[in-house]
Amino acid sequence: MAKILAIVISNLFINNYILFKFMGLCPFLGVSKETKPAFSMGLAVIFVLLLSGLMTWTVYQYVLLPFGIDYMRTVVFILIIAASVQFIEMVILKISPVLYRALGIYLPLITTNCVVLGVTVLNTEDFFAGGSAVTGSFFYSMLQALFAGLGFMFVLLLMSGIRERLELADIPESMDGLPIAFIVASLMSLAFMGFIGIKI
Amino acid sequence: MNVILFSILTLSGLGIFFGMVLAYAAKKFHVPVDPMIEKILAKLPGANCGSCGKAGCMGFAQALLAGELDLHSCSVTAAENKKDIADLLGLSLGEKAKKVSSLHCCGGSRAKDRFLYDGMKDCLAASLVLGGQKECRYGCLTHGTCVKACPFDAIVMTGDGYPKVLEDKCTACGVCVNVCPKGLYQLIPYESAKAKIYVACSSLDAGKVVMSVCGVGCIACHRCEKACPHGAMTVIDNLARIDYEKCTGCMECVKVCPTKVIKVRSGV
Repeated sequence: MAKILAIVISNLFINNYILFKFMGLCPFLGVSKETKPAFSMGLAVIFVLLLSGLMTWTVYQYVLLPFGIDYMRTVVFILIIAASVQFIEMVILKISPVLYRALGIYLPLITTNCVVLGVTVLNTEDFFAGGSAVTGSFFYSMLQALFAGLGFMFVLLLMSGIRERLELADIPESMDGLPIAFIVASLMSLAFMGFIGIKI
Repeated sequence: MNVILFSILTLSGLGIFFGMVLAYAAKKFHVPVDPMIEKILAKLPGANCGSCGKAGCMGFAQALLAGELDLHSCSVTAAENKKDIADLLGLSLGEKAKKVSSLHCCGGSRAKDRFLYDGMKDCLAASLVLGGQKECRYGCLTHGTCVKACPFDAIVMTGDGYPKVLEDKCTACGVCVNVCPKGLYQLIPYESAKAKIYVACSSLDAGKVVMSVCGVGCIACHRCEKACPHGAMTVIDNLARIDYEKCTGCMECVKVCPTKVIKVRSGV
């Protein structure tokens, strides 16, 4: 139970992927202008994270480890993530054009999002010990993937809320747009550094 | 040696596996896309302004193809492009008068403030505070929300504190008409031969009130009504109105207007 709580709090706040580990910065600045696309992007990331978390864990456990080639994991994970996202995109286009239009632009973007690769690689580091899976490894991996995605969406929504307010604020012309967004991002990151103090 | 062999085999195995899965999926989940949509889309302006009621030009192209909308629903596309699209689809294209947007207020910095507004620089936000900071209930709030909203950069702020429509850039898409909280924009006929004028005021207040709050609005003196030889000017509810069907552009009303509120359009 303590471990589950640790994973949840750690992924949401303490080790937040955007503001602490600095992964997935392109969507953080690119898709955070309005709340609605930010929400869709967050959902798409959670979806891809869960899917690729499942696939990479399986391949790592049953292919890479038995053959002793776990040093290949980065290359293999990229292949798996890219292929599965492509596959899912085709399926969604066929079975639900509405969902495709909502997620459509974001899905291919996520293929090369470093959050996805980062979480899957960290899963293999955190929940595998001495060349084999620890107890409950699969469950923990999926939990980590889910809450990493939720943490990502959480920060994206915070940022988009702030940027919607900034749109109407009286900002000096040279600072308008991305410059002020970068300053906001750095202040948010500083604020999140405060969570390091939490001991679980 | 084994490690190298396993690596090569595993990676190529996975590559072949995913390649085959994707190839199968591409066949199995193939969704045919009408090539006509691409052709129509190339002729549309691509501004995604939404004035046709669809989410963007893609939606408009689909609606055109499905017969839900006709070409007139898009006021932005140039006439020759519309003709090309009509040829593509085998539709006939009737004529429709070109329009242009105009701001029916010229108060700007001359219109007095009721109180000091220090909030967001946005007309929608300002209009929520007691209907805006201007003495005149009908007038422009001067924060330039329309300037930001115009998808074609056709509205600029003038030195007098109120926005101006650049007619050569205006496509009459109607975004400004919808965004202005005071409803000051109207689409008026473009035809440059006649109807070169518009009344730059929307105030329904009596002349005395208009003189005290800005001094440049319509004071409902009825002089234009009497001066117009074609009966195109009428004053209703303390505001002069132009009947563009009757107006010939003789400019008699412009000459007699005491507050110079009947303005000649910038593009003519």
